[in-house]
Parts: sequence; C-alpha cells; structure tokens
Amino acid sequence: MSQTSEEMVYKPKKTESHRIRSLKDFYRRFKKNKAALVGGYTILILIIVSIIGPFIVTGDPAEQDFANRLATPSADNWFGTDHAGRDIFTRIIYGMKLTLAVGFSSVILGGLLGIPLGIISGYYGGKIDSLIMRVMDVLLAFPGILLALAIVSVLGGSLINVIIAIAIFSIPGFARIARGSTLATKNLEYIDAIRALGAKDTRIIFRHIMPNILSPLIVNATLFIATAILTAAGLSFLGLGAQPPSSEWGAMLNGGRDFMFIAPHISLFPGLAIVLVVLAFNIFGDGLRDALDPKMKK
Amino acid sequence: MTTYIIRRLLQLIPVLIGVSILVFSLMHLTPGNPALILAGEHAPPETIRAIEKRLGLDQPLHIQYFDFLKNAVQLEFGTSMRDRLPVIDHIKPRIGTTIALAIYSTIFSIFFGLIIGIISAVRKYSFSDISLMIIALFGLSMPNFWLGIILIQFFSLKLGWFPPSGWGELSQIVMPVITLGTAGAAIIARMTRSSMLEVISQDYIRTARAKGVSERIVIYRHALKNALIPVVTIVGLQFGGLLAGTVLTESVFAINGMGKLVVDSITARDFPIVQACVLIIAVIFVFVNLIVDITYRVLNKRIELD
Repeated sequence: MSQTSEEMVYKPKKTESHRIRSLKDFYRRFKKNKAALVGGYTILILIIVSIIGPFIVTGDPAEQDFANRLATPSADNWFGTDHAGRDIFTRIIYGMKLTLAVGFSSVILGGLLGIPLGIISGYYGGKIDSLIMRVMDVLLAFPGILLALAIVSVLGGSLINVIIAIAIFSIPGFARIARGSTLATKNLEYIDAIRALGAKDTRIIFRHIMPNILSPLIVNATLFIATAILTAAGLSFLGLGAQPPSSEWGAMLNGGRDFMFIAPHISLFPGLAIVLVVLAFNIFGDGLRDALDPKMKK
Repeated sequence: MTTYIIRRLLQLIPVLIGVSILVFSLMHLTPGNPALILAGEHAPPETIRAIEKRLGLDQPLHIQYFDFLKNAVQLEFGTSMRDRLPVIDHIKPRIGTTIALAIYSTIFSIFFGLIIGIISAVRKYSFSDISLMIIALFGLSMPNFWLGIILIQFFSLKLGWFPPSGWGELSQIVMPVITLGTAGAAIIARMTRSSMLEVISQDYIRTARAKGVSERIVIYRHALKNALIPVVTIVGLQFGGLLAGTVLTESVFAINGMGKLVVDSITARDFPIVQACVLIIAVIFVFVNLIVDITYRVLNKRIELD
C-alpha cells in the first residue's frame, strides 16, 4: 500500500514536467504555423491600440462638425467624416475597445457559465447530465443570431445587454465541449487511482480534469470571440445593440446606412475594421487548434 | 431505420417543450404589462382588467402556458399590438420569402463551398489552394450585412446591374443570396477541404491509385462520397444559421420577409409577433436538423453496405 501511495505522490511531478514539455511542444507547433502567428500578433497589436489609441488620436469621437460632414478621406480625416462630420478614423480607434470588450467579456461570461455546467454534466452523469444537456439542446434549437436577438428584445437594446445575450448564446458550445472532454478524461486510469486514494471531487475536477480539458475550450473561446464580435456588430447594426452616438462599429454602420449611396466610405471603414479583428481571431483560433490537436502532431 | 426515426422523433418532444417554455417566458420577462400596452397609458383600470381577462393574463402562469401551447399548435399567436390583426396574418405572406431566401442561400453555399473545397483539396498547398482558403477565411470573417452594403454600392450604384432592394425578380434575388450564403460557402469549403484531405490519405484510396484507377475516378467516385458525410451534418446547422441570418439580410435589402418583420416588431415592441417568429424559426430549425440526421444515417448506411 505504501508503495502505491509513494508512486501516486510522484505522479504530479511527472505530470508537471509532462505539462511543460507539452507546452513547449505546443509552442513549437504553433510557431510553425505562420498564419496563426500573424493572427496572434495582430490581436496583440489591436489590444495595444485599443488601450493607447484614444490617447494618441487627438480628436473627440463624438465631436460633430456639420461644416465638414460626409468628407471623403484626406490628410486631415484619414477615413473621411460621417454624416455628423465626426472623424471616422478617431471613432474606429475608440470603437476598437468596445468591440474587443464585447468579444472578450461575452466569451468569459459564457465560459464561466457553460464550462462548469459541462463538467458537472460529464463528471456526475445520470439525471443531472440528462437535465443539463436537454437544457443545452433547447438553447441550441435557436439558430445563429436568433437567441441573442430574442434575449435583447426582452432586455432592451444596449451594449451590456448584448454581452449578456451573446454570453447565453455561447453557453451550449462551452458546455458540450467541456462535457465531452470531461467524459474522455474522467475514466483515465490515473484519475481512478487518485479517486481511490480518497481525493475529493472538487480536487479531481480542478487539479486533474480542468488542465486536461483546457485545450479544446481555449480553441472554442478564441473562435467564439470572432462570432461574438460579428453578432454584436449585427445587433448594433439593427439598432438593438450599442446606441448612437456610440462608436461601436456595428452602430457606426447603422448610423451611416442612409448615406451609403452618397458617401460609401462611411460604411467601408467600420466594416473593414470588423473584418480585420474577426479575421485575426479566426486565423489565431485555427492555428491554436492545429497546435493543440493531438491528431495534427504528425 | 424506422426505429431510429421514431427514437429521434421522441427525442424532439422535450426539446420542443423546452423551446415553447423559453419563448413563452420571453413574453413574460418583457418589462411592462401587455394589457397596459394594448389599452394605452391612460386607459382606466377596468379596461386594462378586461383586456387581461380577454388575453388570459389573469390566469395562473401554468394555465397561461398551456393555453399558449394549445394556440401555438393551431398557429394562433394572438394579435399584433400595432394593428390588432392576427399575428399569423403578418407572418403568412412573409414566411415564404424568408424560407426561399434561406433555401437559395443554402444551395449557393453548398454549390460554391463544395467546388472550392474540392479544388483546394485536390491541389493541396498550391497557389490556387492557398488563395481559395484565404478567400474562404475572408468570407467567414465578413459581417454579412456589410457585404450586402458593399454589393449594393458596387453592383447597384456603380454598375447598375441589380436593383438595391426588393424581392421577387431574379435580379433582386442575386445579391441577397450572395450576402447570406457567403459565410456558409466559406464554412462548407473549409470543411470539404479538410474532410477530403483526410479521406485521400487513407489506405483504400492508395489501393485504388495503386490499382491504376484514374485520378478523376479516385477523387469523384471514391474520395468525395466519403468526404461528403461530415459535410452533410453541417448543412442543417447552416440552414438554421441562414434562416436566422435573414434578419440582417432582409433589413439591408428592404425585403419584406419574416426577418425584417422580427426586427421591426422588436423596435415597435410588438412582442406577440416577435414571440411567434422566434418560435416558428426554432421549430423549423429543429425539424430541418432531424431531416439532416436521417439523411446522414441513410448515407452512412449506404456506404456501409457498399
């Protein structure tokens, strides 16, 4: 018995060195994927710009200048001005923080709700599993933007409500992945051994199951940020998200809708900004998946 | 197969009940008393009570839910808060347009998605593969409403090829279908490519090639058939996403469909219409997924038998 316990005591050390090795292995594979590196660096640059950008651009995103409305791009107004004479470049820089904030916070909130549900479902199984998964099936029955739209219709149009709506919309995705990975992990021999040694469920979940199921969840979170940003922009475009004069990009596109025929640049630049951010998260997520997926190791 | 279909149908029951409870709750979580909204702000309390009685709002919640369910099965969704017309009268003339838009866009995304995916997989790592996959990534990352605006600016205003709004004529259908179907085409292209690459690397394909079977037959007869199976599973999801996506596309192109009706009704706080549209779209989606699951099963079985 004592020998067995000793072996078990040494196990975490082995796991730790194994973890460092897998991390190095992951980084090596990730580095090979040039597109993913570009995506990662682009996200980093976008985060930095969203923090320091407002201190660098001199203009005020809400400052109206009707004498200079609908001006085309020039040296003074790089991306031109909108229907209220506001500088589009300044507004895009200010809007970047909002866009990234919506993406990150809705995914964090959705993950905080969905991951524990998935782990409980997978770990305990039985009736609780059936109940949680049936609720997830119900949420999944509302396709695409529909669930977020229905929630916003109840809560009212604001950026905070959009974050809540998108977070709820992301719960089933997180829960299903967490459940699947927990099911695959909980029956591994060493988990059985730890359980036999008397470890509590919470310890098994936090110390042993969580680290093992993180990879697919991180990939899902990264790719979902892209979906969250698109959904939030869509809701704001419909007038159900950020409200004018917000410099959220979807709201900017909504504001410029009536002028898109006479001043195409109003819709061009905020849209390109959305494409850039979403593209960066998609490329980065793809790269992460390739680097973290054991099947791709070959 | 019959047992499978029956089992899948039985599995739908709890989902449909859950969907109906959620949609019913939406109405009750909405701030404000519907009777007060209908009667107007300055209506006397007795009028409000009368409306509450007429709508069944004075009943306990579970009775209200069963009434809602009973009515919903008969496509009775109450009356619009704007014009007091039955909700179904608003939906009926529009639902065909929305379903047509979603179906055309699904066909568009399957057609282009498959072609792009196959070309990419067959010419793995070539210039055309890389270019097509970059285009697909852009297609996936573009907000569809923005793509719609850009298409209008270019093809309607600059070239004058297509009208910027409306629905019915072929010329009016092209741009909304491209707008709605592009992201789906991108997803299907990526999925087809990776699925094809996985199949092509398998032993039986190598055997077929070793036997001297022509490359065309290897790709189209042996590989594609198996590669398509995982693609079928996402078509149902795609269709649902596109059905919901009509909300944005119809708004951009001023198409008088159910998607635009939902948005207009949310803005006007006409909740019975929102509730009915959300319920109908979810139910359609659930049944489309059922059909896709059965198709997948049939395809899989046929291949097993081969």
